[in-house]
Amino acid sequence: MPERTPNISLEDTNTPLEAGAMVGGMASFAQLLFRLGTSTKTNEKLEALSGYFAHANEKDKVWVIALFSGRRPRRAVSGTQLAVWCTELIGLPMWLFQECYHTVGDLSETIALLIPEKSASTHSTEGAHTIGQPLHYYVEKFQQLEKAPEAEKKLFILQSWLELSSRDRFVFNKLLSGTFRVGVSQKLMVNALARTVQLEPNTIAHRISGNWDPASTTFTELLSEQLTQTDHSKPYPFYLAYALEDALPELGEPADWQAEWKWDGIRGQIIKRNDQLFVWSRGEDLITEKFPEFSILQNKLPNGTVIDGEILPYHDGQVLNFNVLQTRIGRKNITKKHLQEAPVGLFAYDLLELNGEDIRHLALRERRAALEELVLSLQLPFIQLSPVVSFTDWDELTTIREQSRNINSEGLMLKRRSSAYQVGRRRGDWWKWKIDPLTIDAVMVYAQKGAGRRSNLYTDYTFAVKDGDKLVPFTKAYSGLTDKEFAQVDAFVKRNSLEKFGPVRTVKPELVFEIAFEGIAASNRHKSGVALRFPRISRWRTDKTPEDINTLDDLKKMLQLYGK
Amino acid sequence: MPLISFTDKGLYCEAGQFYIDPWQPVDKAVITHAHSDHARAGSQAYLCHHDTLPLLQLRLGPNHYQPVAWNEKITMNEVTVSLHPAGHIIGSSQVRVEYKGEVWVVSGDYKTEADGISGIFEPIPCHTFISESTFGLPIYNWKPQDELFQEIQNWIRNNQVAGKTSVLIGYSLGKAQRLLKALGEVTGTIYAHGAIWNVHETLLQAGWKLPAIQRVTPEIPKESYRGHVVLAPPSADGSLWMRRFPSASTGICSGWMQVRGHQRRRNADAGFALSDHADWNGLLQSVKATGAQKVYITHGFQSAFSRYLIEIGISAAEVKTEFGEEEEGAPADPLKGDEEGNSPPPPPAGGEDEFAPL
Repeated sequence: MPERTPNISLEDTNTPLEAGAMVGGMASFAQLLFRLGTSTKTNEKLEALSGYFAHANEKDKVWVIALFSGRRPRRAVSGTQLAVWCTELIGLPMWLFQECYHTVGDLSETIALLIPEKSASTHSTEGAHTIGQPLHYYVEKFQQLEKAPEAEKKLFILQSWLELSSRDRFVFNKLLSGTFRVGVSQKLMVNALARTVQLEPNTIAHRISGNWDPASTTFTELLSEQLTQTDHSKPYPFYLAYALEDALPELGEPADWQAEWKWDGIRGQIIKRNDQLFVWSRGEDLITEKFPEFSILQNKLPNGTVIDGEILPYHDGQVLNFNVLQTRIGRKNITKKHLQEAPVGLFAYDLLELNGEDIRHLALRERRAALEELVLSLQLPFIQLSPVVSFTDWDELTTIREQSRNINSEGLMLKRRSSAYQVGRRRGDWWKWKIDPLTIDAVMVYAQKGAGRRSNLYTDYTFAVKDGDKLVPFTKAYSGLTDKEFAQVDAFVKRNSLEKFGPVRTVKPELVFEIAFEGIAASNRHKSGVALRFPRISRWRTDKTPEDINTLDDLKKMLQLYGK
Repeated sequence: MPLISFTDKGLYCEAGQFYIDPWQPVDKAVITHAHSDHARAGSQAYLCHHDTLPLLQLRLGPNHYQPVAWNEKITMNEVTVSLHPAGHIIGSSQVRVEYKGEVWVVSGDYKTEADGISGIFEPIPCHTFISESTFGLPIYNWKPQDELFQEIQNWIRNNQVAGKTSVLIGYSLGKAQRLLKALGEVTGTIYAHGAIWNVHETLLQAGWKLPAIQRVTPEIPKESYRGHVVLAPPSADGSLWMRRFPSASTGICSGWMQVRGHQRRRNADAGFALSDHADWNGLLQSVKATGAQKVYITHGFQSAFSRYLIEIGISAAEVKTEFGEEEEGAPADPLKGDEEGNSPPPPPAGGEDEFAPL
């Protein structure tokens, strides 16, 4: 642990740098990502991040906070443009590029590997120059280039490709193509920050939330109280639950717990401050414009109000299938038709701010009372309290949970009545208790190579059910098998592929899998007529043959039962 | 009848009545190198390089062996056969076959960079060249050995500072010997798995001057490993055997480590793209340097590599052989002795996919 200075300070502490790391520049950011990517231990990741925060330049730190909390720059160029420019630069045909791409499973990495590496000797003779530009230089350049003419983009990108090392080039491409992801939780980043600045993790989590521009915000500003006070849009970090781990009686007295339905929609915060209304999603996207229905709240809600709730497809007192909402998520412009066909409601869970005062420390029972008073006073049919499920003992609750699917809920939430509204995912006071997924047995018919740690392995499969003597593909699933099982299926695919369609192989229909999913809805975009929610492989049925799989009729029956 | 044909037993020279690296028992086998997918048991007679002999004896036991030197001409039924350095592992050779003025060369496995112990690959002019293509995609271009050794040494030094044991995974025949000198420069004792130790002893007895290694045994106190380097074959990775090392950091040496996903899949703390196979440029230069009019490509990304050769005006075709991968997924290998039942993940197959829009 770095030593803490007695005064509140945003200054760097003195952690020794690891050998070989370069201070500043894209290289140290790439080095950080590399360490985060190869380490399997939380403590090492924490060390790597806090070490970075202790030494990186101020502007880079702000960008790292932004990037690690999902504030990705928008892509400045398309993947196809990058592929074309890369093949031009290295003089190889596009088909060979594609061949490489399917083997690597990642466009940014493919390009990083294809561009010839500068030799080590060139690196050392150029000295300081090779440290290169800092992270913020590149990210901000991408922002400027977004609207620049193509030739200008191309020039900058090609030059950068040739200047950067392979690892830096990979990170550069990830940022450039808007595909930057990092396998580090926001919590871990916040904890790492807490080691370098004298602030509580919860305070940091709150200050870095919401609507700030990494390009114009300084590190000190971002973490100061001032910005939190002047940014009226700022949401609170969401409190998230883990899945119930123990038997219900372990929770203690039923009377200490509040049960609610677990809804499958868009978790969000509705904020009214300074006469303005903001709607945030859990991923901290500002989605106010996507839900014009809620604009009436701008007048109705008192200033200084923050509600936590679930945005659900909702009509005439009924929660609808989540699939209904899919039609308007992701649309830039919401039309009247969308509003009619996919009406929404808000199910209010919690009240986080009342009369401008942060009340997250109050007990749930007090917050709930205040929430009920507020929601009832609104008298808006599409703003509902998330109903409390009453029960006297755990057995009764177990029976009630069985009905979840009938009302388009995915199970129950259990919240301790005395609980404060905490930050991030925590154990102890809130639990989610989901119903078991639906399952169906199906046969694998197509396979495709995966990406990331599954590069060059056939891990992405399409499954079919029987319809008479025909097979009807109905879903894809990418997860649920162990590495060992994936290796076995991969070997099967390589031996039993029938035809090739681009990167897709048709496979001899022989391997049977149980597919689990959370919901089912009618779909006219799929040949089978159904669309599944969160499909994944629950197990490999080596005990079954394609004769034993489910039929299209079985799927249709499920659709009738649960697809409304 | 071509001078060498592709049969279900392997590459066959009918005029000379011999096979090259056959995968089924035959009367006469010419062996390129001692890896298990190229040197299989059961044949009546084997011809190989002097340096391959002790390794074949270790692996296949007593047999009728005929060791030869590089460039030494052997005549079999009017067919002239000679072996030439392939640079892959100790003793590894290309096979040159000449009959009535026509010359074919079978590359075996090869790499173009001189590694200090495996002989220096030399392209042999020929009419027809049969080349491997394990890493026949342009994403596979290796850094120079010195640079990779430096990276490995830095990794070990960092582990030493952190009080960790550096466990380096590499093949017991080839990678292990290649690494020794560089490892000796940064660690006091190099510990090794029994499989590596067996090969090491065999080579020492054959007169090779290799840095000393110490076999990992149950008697050694666990704490003695800390700060030192342990060499282990891939099959030991993730096994119980590995658990004895205090605060182990695992580094894998393999050409496949070039791709991040592969590295992540193997769950290693570090990956070094150190390969005993030619990279893309190595393959291309070698094929061109032979001046061959016809090139057969096998084993690896043969579809992509041969298509590319055709596009640059070299008459090429892919051939299917049963050469697997000593490097990644060889079935139970006697050389690996006591590490049965823990097979590494299967190798990536050839990238025969057509392209699709991104």
